[in-house]
Amino acid sequence: MTDVFLSMKNISKRYVGVQALDGVDFEIRKGEIHCLVGENGSGKSTLIKIISGAVAPDDSSEIMIDGQPFQNYQAIDSIHKGIEVIYQDLSLFPNLPVAENIALSQLISEGDRLINWKDTQSIAEKAMARIGVKIPLDALVEEIAIADQQLVAICRALTSDVKLLIMDEPTSSLTKKEVDALFEVVKDMQSHGIATLFVSHKLNEVLQIAERVTVLRDGKIVGTFPSNELDDEKMTMLMTGKKVEYTKYLAEIQGERPLLEVKNLSKRGNFKDISFRIYPGEILGITGLLGSGRTELALALFGVNPADSGEILFDGGQVKIRFIQDATRLGISYVPENRLVQGLIMPQPVHKNLILTILSKLLNRLGLIDSHKMQDSVQKWVNELAIKVPSLDSPVQTLSGGNQQRVVLAKWIATAPKILILDGPTIGIDVAAKSAIHEIIRNLAKEGIAILLISDEVPEVFQNCNRILVMHKGRFIAEYDAAQTSIEEIQNLINLSS
Amino acid sequence: MKKFFSRHEAYVLMVIVILSIIITLINPSFFTLENLFDLFKSYSYLGIFAIGVLFVLISGGIDISFSAIATVAMYAMAVYLIRFGGNIFLTFLIPAVIGIGLGMINASIIYFFNIPSIITTIATLNIYYGILVVLSGGKWLYGLPDWFRQFAELRAFTLTNAEGGQYGLSIITVMWFVILLIAWLILHYTLLGRGIYAMGGSPPSAKRAGFNILFQQMFVYAFMGLMAGIAGMVHAMLVQTVAPNAIVGKELDVIAAVVLGGASLTGGTGTIFGTILGIALIAILSNGMTLMRIPSFWYNVIIGLVVIISVSFSVYRRRQREKQTILVEVE
Amino acid sequence: MYRKYLESIILVFVMLGVFLLMWIMNGGEFFRSANFQSMAFQLPELGILSLAMMVTILTAGINLSIIASANISGIVAAIILTQLIKPETTGLSEALIILLAILAGLSVAAVIGLLNGLLIAVVGVSPILATLGTMILMNGFAIVLTKGYVISGFPEAVLFIGNGIIFGIPMPIIIFAICAAVMALVLNSTPTGINIYMIGSNPIATLFSGVNNRTVLIRTYLLSGLYAGVAAIIMISRFNSAKADYGESYLLMTVLASVLGGVSAAGGFGKVSGLVIALIILQIVSSGLNLMRVNNFLTIAIWGMILILVMVVKYLAEQVQRRRAI
Repeated sequence: MTDVFLSMKNISKRYVGVQALDGVDFEIRKGEIHCLVGENGSGKSTLIKIISGAVAPDDSSEIMIDGQPFQNYQAIDSIHKGIEVIYQDLSLFPNLPVAENIALSQLISEGDRLINWKDTQSIAEKAMARIGVKIPLDALVEEIAIADQQLVAICRALTSDVKLLIMDEPTSSLTKKEVDALFEVVKDMQSHGIATLFVSHKLNEVLQIAERVTVLRDGKIVGTFPSNELDDEKMTMLMTGKKVEYTKYLAEIQGERPLLEVKNLSKRGNFKDISFRIYPGEILGITGLLGSGRTELALALFGVNPADSGEILFDGGQVKIRFIQDATRLGISYVPENRLVQGLIMPQPVHKNLILTILSKLLNRLGLIDSHKMQDSVQKWVNELAIKVPSLDSPVQTLSGGNQQRVVLAKWIATAPKILILDGPTIGIDVAAKSAIHEIIRNLAKEGIAILLISDEVPEVFQNCNRILVMHKGRFIAEYDAAQTSIEEIQNLINLSS
Repeated sequence: MKKFFSRHEAYVLMVIVILSIIITLINPSFFTLENLFDLFKSYSYLGIFAIGVLFVLISGGIDISFSAIATVAMYAMAVYLIRFGGNIFLTFLIPAVIGIGLGMINASIIYFFNIPSIITTIATLNIYYGILVVLSGGKWLYGLPDWFRQFAELRAFTLTNAEGGQYGLSIITVMWFVILLIAWLILHYTLLGRGIYAMGGSPPSAKRAGFNILFQQMFVYAFMGLMAGIAGMVHAMLVQTVAPNAIVGKELDVIAAVVLGGASLTGGTGTIFGTILGIALIAILSNGMTLMRIPSFWYNVIIGLVVIISVSFSVYRRRQREKQTILVEVE
Repeated sequence: MYRKYLESIILVFVMLGVFLLMWIMNGGEFFRSANFQSMAFQLPELGILSLAMMVTILTAGINLSIIASANISGIVAAIILTQLIKPETTGLSEALIILLAILAGLSVAAVIGLLNGLLIAVVGVSPILATLGTMILMNGFAIVLTKGYVISGFPEAVLFIGNGIIFGIPMPIIIFAICAAVMALVLNSTPTGINIYMIGSNPIATLFSGVNNRTVLIRTYLLSGLYAGVAAIIMISRFNSAKADYGESYLLMTVLASVLGGVSAAGGFGKVSGLVIALIILQIVSSGLNLMRVNNFLTIAIWGMILILVMVVKYLAEQVQRRRAI
């Protein structure tokens, strides 16, 4: 009796024009904690869909679970064999109470037409007891925190005799404390013989929790490694196939007077006593964990989330930023973290997205939009930022992640901003495209724009910024001069403080 | 207790209580059993519509064709009864079958062709109504059998008022209560009912969880059709005639009532209790206007204002609640 | 590359096809200039109301109150006309009163539009509920003002708006053409227009791009209301009367015209040119059915069936496209 739970051999999947997976051999041992990593388009999600039976692999593949081979593997087989998937959206019902969210899957599979609250409750309580979690059973899911929602999803998986739990990017919205709590739960499940497969792009977390790591690249398996043989750099190299040389850059500060000075800025439940300065041509980094208040601070400077108290001085004069229009009038632009929802209008064409911020500048004498000016503007930015697009009429959702981000950048650069706030500008973008974006940012600084670079990737801020501010629980806890510190020093501070 | 008061229904209840007090002060005959029994009886058919609308709204859709379905159903029933006679069993069966059938047509169009329910039911409203008027010639129907009238006058118990007149809890009201109870049981004690809530809360999650979406969609619109058929029959019982334009036009009042009671157009929320309150509110408003001698043509103005104020208020409350969520544990 | 124009091309073909069909079913009668003229008189009301509906659907909303707005605007104008104009009122005063009546009607419509805009953009009520509420409210005011009666009897000048002919072209068509041109101009060549489309697709991203969503939405519903008011003036002029519950089946038809004309039910897409062609198609069908003496109610049922048919065809076309992409 081997200790292999899931064994997949020679898995291939071809879609029109794209080989999503090519001859992948993959296995998961009983009770192991395993991570699957790879860039966008490496085939991770296709592999997960095949494991869950949602998608069928091409011929000549072998799937064996718990020693039992399957010829025509279906979703129902995976469920019967104890494989459960929790997708990134958690698939919960926000309008239903916690107990029902946990119990409904089991109730459906039991086939009873009638239900009662008592049974629902006891199913939910049993599941929660298995991992020692306590969440109010009658609270509606939309009323509880995201971390708790995640636990509800896990409890739901536990109501069946789950042997393998697959989680797709489970930590993207969790604070460090919540991530640690989640990992405790995963280890607890392991002691009950439940294996977990994570898909994650947060490499440091992968190393923290996984026993083995499988790396996918371009649809092929690069290899499966024990996690103690890997580090950040090695994994990145395996994922991209390139050894990426990171160059450190120090922008040249172009002015003696700070362009923006913030004094004791506070907002209840968001941040407290924030003070800093930023100079023209400088790239200032803000780093810290999710939940430290970084984005909330950025949104306060952009007028979406105005502060309660404190001073903001722009070019020496005091200003009030209470609406987005206040910020844009001053020349403050914000490139959001959530590109898909906040940054771009997906179904609309590229050219419309590009000019959205400068419509008032494209008017002719009659006050109508001058189509020549519009076309010139669009073409200019497509060229300057090398945006690759088959046609300017294509919906922006057809572009790659890197190109989409260029559109967002172009949209704001077109406003000739004085301050550009970038919130997680390279999230979800492949390594090669990442350095191209960094190049763009550095060039902008050269033109005298002050850049506020917010990122939770310490290497990113270290390599691009002049100074780095560390944020924790709504406050700045340290300021580093990039020339005189190291990635480790900053990373240590962040890890220690959490 | 605190939880009840934070819910939408509590506010509606308060408004009803305050309104009732005001009306009774101006005209004490409002708060008499006779008046209330009468009110229940005449609003039963709207109340039955409302149950069907509630189910559809919870499931995440909307249906404005029910007034036409009711008209077709009650017309068919009346034509049959007048021409062939019949019994009370048929009186229920014919509208039920027609209502369920037309409802399932709605469901099929919405489900199989992925057409938004508002557009589908705007279309079917006009299709069903248009064809009915053409086939019926727009005639009013009289001459329903005697036993039909007698049935409508049955009471669960009878009381006598000061002038010696008789009144009581009408069988029609009892029917409405029975349907309310059945609906409540379905929503709370069956997997189907929970599935309807689930479908309205998150359609993709409902599919993944294993709910039979096709069955649930069919059920919801067929149920609405059934309610419409029964409501049509009840209306015929109330007025003892059948006219093509008697019900069409009232659909918005019903939807307004259900929304006033707390159901959301986006799906996933709504309760039987809230729906009862919503209907009660518009019933009291209308009755109150009559008793306070406010001319009836102010009716729509008042309902319109109530709808606007009520939905504005509930949106405002939701926004306040959203602002409460803490994002960062600030030290 | 020509995919942008594909929808318009299909519509033109449908228009020609429908024209042919009606011609076959009606024979020579269809081609008489009297028929064309009556079509030209009927189309503008529906057309302007459809423009009013379209602009709100573009923002992923809807305006259920356009008919009610039109009715109350018409009633207000009618009241002013009938109350202030006596048999002895002459030339200049009459002209001024007519102007007053028209302005009053348009103002009422604009105010309703503003109310809708505020409810939707500032308070945050969903468009269906907000316009449902204003619809009920305005129906109520209409009943209060008319007590259910019809108000009629307008001066010549007013009747000209809906029934007159200039250089062989019916006056309403001229007004409709101007309205359509203005709408097209706003949608294609003004910042507000571009913002309308973008908000329809993703209001969060527009907010983050510095667009003032509130202002745009208020303008949208204001414009919608104003157009309903213009339609009202034409309507009362054509029928020489105003009453409380006129034109209820128009609501279905404005949705049908929008959908047929390529407006996406989810917002963000749709062109005035498509809507115009769709209106012509509907008018041809309507006139054809009328000439065949088809019962009015059957016609309404047919509109319902056509609406479903159009949506089904769109769905099937999307399925074909999706299968091609895979």
